Amino acid sequence: MMDKLMFYYSYSFVRYSFIVGVLIALSSSLLGVTLVLKRFSYIGDGLSHVAFGAMAVASVLKLTNQTLLILPVTVICAILLLRNGQKAMIKGDAAIAMLSVGALAFGYLLMNVFSTSSNISGDVCSTLFGSMSILTLTKGEVIICAILSTVVVVMFVILYNKIFAVTFDEDFSRATGVKADGYNLMIAIMIAAIIVVSMNLVGSLLISALVIFPAISAMRLFRSFMSVTIFSVILSVVCAFSGMVFSVLAGTPVGSTIVAADVLAFVVIYVISVIKGGA
Amino acid sequence: MALISIKDLTLGYDRMIVAEGINFEVNAGDYLCIVGENGSGKSTLMKTLLHLQDPMGGKITVGDGLKADEIGYLPQQTMVQRDFPASVWEIVLSGCQSHMGLRPFYTKEEKQIALENMKHMGILEFRKRCYRELSGGQQQRVLLARALCATRKVLLLDEPVSGLDPKVTAEMYELIKELNDSGITIIMISHDIHAAAKYSSHVLHIGKEIFFGTKEEYVNSDEGRFFLSKEGGDLA
Repeated sequence: MMDKLMFYYSYSFVRYSFIVGVLIALSSSLLGVTLVLKRFSYIGDGLSHVAFGAMAVASVLKLTNQTLLILPVTVICAILLLRNGQKAMIKGDAAIAMLSVGALAFGYLLMNVFSTSSNISGDVCSTLFGSMSILTLTKGEVIICAILSTVVVVMFVILYNKIFAVTFDEDFSRATGVKADGYNLMIAIMIAAIIVVSMNLVGSLLISALVIFPAISAMRLFRSFMSVTIFSVILSVVCAFSGMVFSVLAGTPVGSTIVAADVLAFVVIYVISVIKGGA
Repeated sequence: MALISIKDLTLGYDRMIVAEGINFEVNAGDYLCIVGENGSGKSTLMKTLLHLQDPMGGKITVGDGLKADEIGYLPQQTMVQRDFPASVWEIVLSGCQSHMGLRPFYTKEEKQIALENMKHMGILEFRKRCYRELSGGQQQRVLLARALCATRKVLLLDEPVSGLDPKVTAEMYELIKELNDSGITIIMISHDIHAAAKYSSHVLHIGKEIFFGTKEEYVNSDEGRFFLSKEGGDLA
């Protein structure tokens, strides 16, 4: 078993894909707490379907670099959803349902009608649930993932205190002169970027799990924003890494293996917190 | 010149007028109580004063060196805060955001200010505790300390004693009075008309009839006498 792992590690592209996997896990868990507490988790879910639709369009157009289309589309939808949620013209959740289901339907339709590939259901499946193996990521995808997740991490560190203030009490922040709208916009852009990078790793249907599970787990154990954030990052990275190792060794699909690890970690932590709380 | 002067203000949302013809002034060092029945527009007035909402008519002017965003604010608890993982220290410090602009991190001075305000509010020993595990009175002190980090000039308190037991309520009122005595202007929204009569310097009563004046004038006015004579004086 060790031999097999060492054999894989001797290839540089394997090492790169592990680095990317860890970076994606790191950046996706950062905003989990904010998303859960601001009741934005459903926005993440809706956006991932939008990203799927955009990806279908990109593959129909035969773009060599699909991220260049997916990222802007997702960012624009994130901004629109956030605005809409605040003004509540159409009820927020209904708007998200409309957008996400619509994007899914159009995405699949486009892929079916225009695809020249002989294995459409295979293509769709890998867009929805991630590549069969992380090793199939192209070099271009690896570089874009690395850049985007680094940008998200840097933005998060710089905006950390603002994100805390705006998440904890938006009205207070606004009333005392903090530009809350601007920071909400930044949060939306970061969510969109995270979704686009995560899509390569776990596919569009499983992204929310990557964002939400580590945060919920950490919130059961820790009591301050800082400790919750740090623990959810560590947990997410550990789960992603072990999930990737397992998927290489056992030949399981990488996205669902990572998410399974996140779910497992949540169950373990839930039990621990119940025992601790009861004692 | 007054800190805040309100001229002919009309309040409302979605084109529905909640209250109109509101006129009052707040001067430095005042302790203004805003009283009125539920639905009379107290919360809307407060949101308008905080620039969270635009007035439907009339004018709000701030002067005497006060900037529009120099009003500290003690909000009512929101749903989000009930399960928010945050330490007391993190919350109090976040009050300093108001004058940080785009600067990402807190300075030593700001941390010192946060520490002093926690000491002042008697919550220094809780600074590593989780906010949601504190009692109602302690949570209010945390939010007061945060508001003091944002401003030392004007504090706007929205029902600061709702949900507190009588002993803690009395302590809270004393604390607010102390702040007022130290030179901070207080604007408080309250159901508790007796506390208004006891602690405040001015009263704004909004409802069908609008009254604004000093506490003495209010106690002797028709509205004041009517509401103070009602059992308990509680408008809720």
